[in-house]
Amino acid sequence: MLIAFIQRAVVQGIPLLFGSTGEIITEKSGNLNLGIPGIMYVGGICGVIGSFMYERSLPSLDAINPALAVLIPLLCCMLGSLMVGLIYAFLTITLRANQNVTGLALTTFGVGFGNFFGGSLIKLVESDMPSIALTTTSNCFRTQLPFAHSLGWFGEVFLSYSFLAYTAIFLSLIASFVLNRTRVGLQLRAVGESPTTADAAGINVNRYKYVATCVGSVIAGLGGLYYVMDYANGVWSNDGFGDRGWLAIALVIFAVWKPNMSILGSILFGGLFIIHNYIPNLSVSSQEIFKMLPYVVTILVLLVVSMRKKRESQPPASLGLSYFREER
Amino acid sequence: MGTAAIELKNITKTFGDVVANKDVNLTVNRGEILSILGENGSGKTTLMNMISGIYFPDHGSIYIDGEEVVIRSPKDAFDHKIGMIHQHFKLVDVFSATENIVLGFKEKSGFNIKRSAQQIAKISHQYGFDIDPNKKIYEMSISEKQTVEIIKVLYRGADILILDEPTAVLTPQETEKLFAVLRRMRDDGKAIIIITHKMHEVLALSDRVSVLRKGEYIGTVNTCETSEAQLTEMMVGKKVELNIQRSEPKNPEERLEVSHINCISRDGVKLLNDISFTVRSGEILGIAGIAGSGQRELLEAIAGLQHLNSGEILYHNPKTGHTDNLRDKTPMQIRELGVRLSFVPEDRLGMGLVGNMNIVDNMMLRSYRKGKSFFLERKAPKDLADRIIEELEVATPNVNTPVRRLSGGNVQKVLVGREIAAAPTVLMVAYPVRGLDINSSYLIYNLLNEQKEHGVAIIFVGEDLDVLMELCDRVMVIGSGKITGTVDARTATKEQIGLLMTSSDRGDNNE
Repeated sequence: MLIAFIQRAVVQGIPLLFGSTGEIITEKSGNLNLGIPGIMYVGGICGVIGSFMYERSLPSLDAINPALAVLIPLLCCMLGSLMVGLIYAFLTITLRANQNVTGLALTTFGVGFGNFFGGSLIKLVESDMPSIALTTTSNCFRTQLPFAHSLGWFGEVFLSYSFLAYTAIFLSLIASFVLNRTRVGLQLRAVGESPTTADAAGINVNRYKYVATCVGSVIAGLGGLYYVMDYANGVWSNDGFGDRGWLAIALVIFAVWKPNMSILGSILFGGLFIIHNYIPNLSVSSQEIFKMLPYVVTILVLLVVSMRKKRESQPPASLGLSYFREER
Repeated sequence: MGTAAIELKNITKTFGDVVANKDVNLTVNRGEILSILGENGSGKTTLMNMISGIYFPDHGSIYIDGEEVVIRSPKDAFDHKIGMIHQHFKLVDVFSATENIVLGFKEKSGFNIKRSAQQIAKISHQYGFDIDPNKKIYEMSISEKQTVEIIKVLYRGADILILDEPTAVLTPQETEKLFAVLRRMRDDGKAIIIITHKMHEVLALSDRVSVLRKGEYIGTVNTCETSEAQLTEMMVGKKVELNIQRSEPKNPEERLEVSHINCISRDGVKLLNDISFTVRSGEILGIAGIAGSGQRELLEAIAGLQHLNSGEILYHNPKTGHTDNLRDKTPMQIRELGVRLSFVPEDRLGMGLVGNMNIVDNMMLRSYRKGKSFFLERKAPKDLADRIIEELEVATPNVNTPVRRLSGGNVQKVLVGREIAAAPTVLMVAYPVRGLDINSSYLIYNLLNEQKEHGVAIIFVGEDLDVLMELCDRVMVIGSGKITGTVDARTATKEQIGLLMTSSDRGDNNE
C-alpha cells in the first residue's frame, strides 16, 4: 500500500518536475513564463500527433519499432514546445511585451491548440470514447528496467519508473549544477537578478534570455508528453491534463527557485495530489478539499520564506521585467 | 606625461530630439588623472557610457593608443582594457564580491571561484583595499560596494579607468582613502577619468580638467594653472557668485520639538535611537551622517510616514499658539491640523514626484483637494508649473513632458519648487543638491536661505560637509540612528564633524 502510494506519487510528480525545472531555468533569466501550462499542453498534443501519425503509417501495430515509437513523439513534443517558447521569447524579449499578459495568452492558446488537435484526432479514429488510445506507443515509453521488480521494495520505489522519469530527475540535477557551479549559470542568474549589471559586464542579455526561455519550454513540454504516455497510458482526452501546469508554477515557488529542491517538492506535490484516493470513506466534496493541499503548502512555504527574509530565497530581482539597454 | 591612452574625436550622440553630446574631443594620457566637469545634463555620463560601450555614438571616432577602434558593447570596452565604475553600482545583490567580480569575464584557466577569490585578495593587497571576497553585496556598505566595482575593473586588467561621481556617497575619510588608491594607480601607469561635481576634489586630485557645457566640449586646462572661479565660468558660461549668504536667524522661536523618539525596524534593528532635538523658525538645522544612519527614517517620522515605537513630535503652531503631537498621524491628518509641512524626500521619483506624469500633474498632487467642482482645476497648477520652470531655469521642452524624462537636476528643481510654493512653516529637504551641478546647487541654497529669512524652520539633510557648514546654523550629526553631537556650524571644523559621523560605528550597530 505504502509502496504503491509512493509509486503513484512519483508518477504524479514527474510532469510537475519537468514543468518546474523548465520554469526555474526560464525564471532565472528574469522571464516569468506563465505560458508553461499551455506549453505542457502543446508538448503533450504534439507528441500524441507524432505517435498517432506513426502508428497509422504502420501496416500493423505489431510491426512497431520501439526506438522510432519513442523518438518520433519525443522530437515532435520538443519541437512543438520549442515553437511556443520561441513565440514567448520573441514577444517578451525582442518586442518587450508584458510578460504576464503574453504568458497567460499562451496558456489559453496552448490549451485551445491541444483541444483542437485532440478533438480532430478523436474524430479521425471515429471511436465511441472521447479519447485517443496510443497504447502501443505508451508501452514503449513505459519500458522499465527488467530487474526492477526482482529487488523487493527497493526496486519498486526507486527503479520501477520509465526512462522519462529518470530524465526529469537527471535534468533537474544538471540544472542545479549548471546554475550554481558554472560560469554559464552565474551569468544566467546575473541576467535574472540585474540585467543592467550583466550587460555592463559584457554578457549578451537577450541571448541568455532567449536560450533559457527556449530550453525551459522544451523541458516543460516533456512534462506534457510524460503525462500522456506514462501517466495516462497513452490515452489523450481533452482537458485531461487539468491544472498540472499551474501546479508546476506553484512548485517553482515551493522549491524557492532551486531545481534540486523541486525533485522532492514534485514527489510531495504528487503525493498530496492523490492522497484523497488513499484515505478511506471520503465524500466527493472532501476529496476536492484534499486536492487543494499542494496550493495550501505553497502558500505556507511563501509565508515561511518571507518571514525568514533570506535574500537568497527571493525570486530573481528583475523577474517579469523586460530589458532595454538604452532606456533612460 | 605618457602617450595618449584614449582620444575622442568629434563624438556626437542624440536621444530623440535631445542632443546629449555634440562634437566632443577629449584626450587622456597614461599616468594621469583627468577630471570631467560639467553641469547636469551637460553630457558627461553619456560621453563616458560611449567609451564603455553602453551607448554607441551617432558619429565621431575613438582612438586607443593611436588606433581607431569601434566599441559596440561593454565587452568590446573590456577587450580594449577600459573599465567603468558607474555612479549607480552595477552589482548583483545576492552574489558575493567574488562572483560579481568574475561575472562576464572569461578566464583562460577556466571557472574557479576559489582561485578567483585568492586573486582578488592579491589585488586588494597591492592597492591597499580592505575587502572580504566572500561577503554578499547586500551586506556591504556603500564604500565597500564601490571597492568591489573598482576591483572588478582591475581584475580584468583594465588600464583605462572611468569613475562616474565616485565620491557622491562617501564620507570625507573614505574619499581620502579612495583618492590615495587612485593616485597609486596613476603612478602605476593607468589612465584615469573621474567625473565629479565637487570643485575642491577636482583641484586636489586631477592633473588636467576638461569641461563640457550643454553637451559641447569647452576646453581642457591643467589643474595647477587654474582656479575654482575659472572652472566655474567655463562650466556655466558666465561668472557666478559662489557664496552662500548666511544671515543670522531673526526672532527664532521653537517650531518643532522632537523628543526621545525610537524606531525599531521589522528585523529588530534600532533605526532611530532616543533622538531629541528642536528646530526653530528662521533657522536651518543641518543633519550630517553617513548615508543610511537614520536620516531618512527621521524625516519620514516627522512627515507622518514612519511608525514610531515611542517618543513625541510636537509642533508649535505659530497661528493658533497650540501645540500638536504629530506622532503616528498620517500626512493628511497632519495637514488637517493646519501644520504646513513641506518635504523634499531623497527618493525624488519614488516619493516626491510621479515619473510618468507631467509637471502640471505633479503640481496637482499637492493641490488637487482645493477645487470645489467635480472637474479638476488645472489653471493654477499650470501657472505654478510655468513659474517654477522660469524661476528655477528648469530645462524641459514644455510643461507637458513626463518628469521621468528630465535630467536629475531638473527633476529636483521641480520638486523643490513645488514644496516651497506650498508656503511651509517647516521645510524638510533631504540631499536637495545630490547630482546637481554647481549652478543649480547654489540656486537651491539661495532658495533655502530665502525661506529661512521668511521665518521657515528648515531641516537640511546633506552630504557635502563644506556646504553644511556654510549654509546651516547648527549641524546635528547622526550615526547609527543616534545623535552623536550637535555643533555650531559657524565655528565647527570638518574634521570634528567627520569624527562624529563615524564615532558610534563601533557601538551597538547591527548593520
